[in-house]
Amino acid sequence: MEPASRLDNNHDLAVKDFPYIIRWRDDRCKRCGKCTAVCPMYSIEPAVVVKRTLHSEGSTPEPKSTRRVETIVKQTTDIGKYCTGCGTCTLVCPNEAIEPEYNPQHKFNFHKNRGGHPYRRGGRRNDPSPSTLDKLRFSRISMLTDPALDAGRHEFRIRTYLGRILPAEELPVKAVDGRLEVTKKSGTFIPPVREIYPVMIGSMSIGALSPNMWEGLAMGITYLNEVEGMPVVMCSGEGGMPQRLLKSRFIKYFIPQIASGYFGWDEIVRTIPHMVEDPCAIEIKYGQGAKPGDGGLLMAHKVLKLISEIRGVPMGVDLPSPPTHQTKYSIEEAVAKMIQSMSMAWGFRVPVYPKISGTHTAKAVLNNLIRNPYAAALSIDGDDGGTGAAYNVSMDSMGHPIASNVRECYLDLVAQGKQNELPLIAAGGVGKRGNLAANAAALFMLGASAVSIGKYIMQAAAQCFGDEYNRCNVCNLGKCPRGITTQDPRLYRRLDPDKVAERVVEVYKSLDVELKKIFAPMGRSTELPIGMSDGLSTDDPAIAERLKIKFTC
Amino acid sequence: MCRLAALTSAEYISPMETILALETMKEGHDGSGMGLILKGLGGEFEDLKDYPVLSGICSEAGMKTLDSYMNKIGFKLKYTWTPKTKAIKGIKGHDNYFARVYDYPDIVKDRPEPVKEGLLLNTRLALRALGELDESIIIFAFYPDILALKEVGDPLQLGEFFGLEKSSLKAKIILAQGRQNTNYAINLYACHPFFIQGYGTMTNGENTAFVPIREFLSGRNIPGYIGYNSDSEVFCHILHYTCRQLGYPLHYYKDVITPLKQEEIDRRPDHEATSFLKMSLRPLCIDGPNCVIGFTPDGTCFMVQDSKKLRPGVVGGLNGKYGLMSEECGLDSAIPGREKSTDIFPMKYDMVIIKPDAEEVTVWNQLHG
Repeated sequence: MEPASRLDNNHDLAVKDFPYIIRWRDDRCKRCGKCTAVCPMYSIEPAVVVKRTLHSEGSTPEPKSTRRVETIVKQTTDIGKYCTGCGTCTLVCPNEAIEPEYNPQHKFNFHKNRGGHPYRRGGRRNDPSPSTLDKLRFSRISMLTDPALDAGRHEFRIRTYLGRILPAEELPVKAVDGRLEVTKKSGTFIPPVREIYPVMIGSMSIGALSPNMWEGLAMGITYLNEVEGMPVVMCSGEGGMPQRLLKSRFIKYFIPQIASGYFGWDEIVRTIPHMVEDPCAIEIKYGQGAKPGDGGLLMAHKVLKLISEIRGVPMGVDLPSPPTHQTKYSIEEAVAKMIQSMSMAWGFRVPVYPKISGTHTAKAVLNNLIRNPYAAALSIDGDDGGTGAAYNVSMDSMGHPIASNVRECYLDLVAQGKQNELPLIAAGGVGKRGNLAANAAALFMLGASAVSIGKYIMQAAAQCFGDEYNRCNVCNLGKCPRGITTQDPRLYRRLDPDKVAERVVEVYKSLDVELKKIFAPMGRSTELPIGMSDGLSTDDPAIAERLKIKFTC
Repeated sequence: MCRLAALTSAEYISPMETILALETMKEGHDGSGMGLILKGLGGEFEDLKDYPVLSGICSEAGMKTLDSYMNKIGFKLKYTWTPKTKAIKGIKGHDNYFARVYDYPDIVKDRPEPVKEGLLLNTRLALRALGELDESIIIFAFYPDILALKEVGDPLQLGEFFGLEKSSLKAKIILAQGRQNTNYAINLYACHPFFIQGYGTMTNGENTAFVPIREFLSGRNIPGYIGYNSDSEVFCHILHYTCRQLGYPLHYYKDVITPLKQEEIDRRPDHEATSFLKMSLRPLCIDGPNCVIGFTPDGTCFMVQDSKKLRPGVVGGLNGKYGLMSEECGLDSAIPGREKSTDIFPMKYDMVIIKPDAEEVTVWNQLHG
């Protein structure tokens, strides 16, 4: 007997199974078609329905039916075209006739594995609850016993160091006639150190980001450095950088990243003799907090002319970065060599540091790096970070939060008296709920010398739609409706690099004010309050105990 | 705000002079303690300058423990000074206050100074540990030509309690500090001035960067960098670390605790070295508000301010006698006949340095190096 499902659509999904349900208002819609044209997922489509209406005239019921053909906007129930909730339809609608609505009862994760392919996405961890960082408060306030500083009047220096710092005992200085002099002949290797703004823009590649987005960020930080005097730096992400930038004097504001695919490095190495300035630093990526142990993939359709030139690869081919460096077999050997090789490439004038995923084993890595005189820092990326593309299971379930990871690493350094020698860079969920300054300041006080941001700047500078309810999060598909993570010119031309740059500058200037507003009442202004854990408290006893900070209630 | 009164003189002077200066500066209740450190001791100590003086407080039981420990190590008691205390209402007091002069154990007598200093420090720490739990032994200093006296109470009353007015106790450098009334749960180890191996400081103000500084100092593995019952003790240890451990000239203390901006450093003749210091000693940066007064082993005295000059502080006097005070009325009390127009109010870049025996005052400017 023929199954009944063909007749009653029993194996289809209902709109109710989807994470976002389109609320379309017939009475407002003028059928212009903009929403269906713009939808990156083809989740809505113009459809034709037949409507039968009954009406009766006269004193006794004499129902007559009329059949009318109408055009409507219909949400598909094809899981491959699920509505991501991005809301681009709402943006383009002239009559406020359409918007997606989050459906908390959705069963998306039960179904998004058709063809045996696990769900892959971009974005973040999809955890809307407050992070540990958001639960920390600054509660050591100088008031009447001693005057607090004035954020508006006093001078503040919000700066940090990137690079290995020699302990004072090893400095090649000696007193001559009451004055300290550097003894040139000592032969001491003095590692390169940069003074930077302590909130960096983390690694997002050209490739993952659209040319317009990357250009906007780059222009923004250049303006901050050159005009505002704020030494904000930015990491390139894997995949190289444009030759024009590499050969320019602006390269000093950038941190080229080398990762497991080594993309772009043939081009970079060939450019070294032509570079007029050294880069700020070199980051070696060993792991990413949002998807530890997972590699990267720049899909073929994103590998257009510009990307192929920068990365030194043919156009239109998939570019997989393996989960680990193929040459890496031990931290003692291969990692040390890689750090040394990168240092050597720039004559030991450029700080070189590794970036790892947050992990229980971070302390082991740290302890090895402490003993490597060429390691310039350790960047730890926590699990609340974002990613361009990853398996859902990696993003949702893998990783280690940054707060306790950076804290235990810092305290380990303190126990060895080396907390000022190897800077810790913390990343992963900084500004996740918009509290950028508070999250960054909390991380400094837990022991980070600097923090890196990614998602925050995409949201603040380019209005990225993504959120912790899996809104949009299609960075992996090249369909970014804002034009941030796509190589499709039809999409990225919608993003104005000048506007992005302007927002980057606004974000940093307001961040600077907010950091002062935190530091001033706590009486800190001259140096970043790294490790000032007595300034922090939380109303969660378990967090207080783990982070060794005060419990308040 | 704590009140600070320091005098440095070519002649021996009585500690009452500094206590009276504290009294002049007093405003409101002030009973949480007073500390005195005397350097360049006169009177009965004048002929004992080469021998270490153990300053502290003991209970009767603690005294026995102390004696037995000192005997075991081989220190030989040469002279004991005890204040002639008299009962004063409001001052609880302890059993035994003392400054005991010892001769070195035979095994170290002919050893170099650093060995002797190491032994003195370790002995002080051991005695402190022996009596810390039950507070039976409290040791403030064990060093040649240094005497320390501390107790809870109003400074003037304490002067009377210790009978200092009639005492022959005199010194060429005296640091006195009266603590303000916000510091309760009083522990005498939290009482300024602080001392370690020839270096002494006292401070007023809140040290907002205390925790990172304490963690940095504790990690140096240098004996004596312990305690920190007060957030101001670190100022003394930073001085010791800068000058003794690292061997930097005194004025680099200012560069360590209040580093200049890099663009300011770049204009200094010693910019290369100062840039290194700024980075390597970053965790020792204080953020004020603090005024620090101190001395070094050779008898140099100094005053520095935080990088915003948020605290009062004045230096003035005559040739042969200078006062370093937190307020000018204190200076008026201690050195009334001076030419007031030459008083120095150190600002944020200044370090006032007075040579031993109050011979000369100089103001070192951090911007010029």
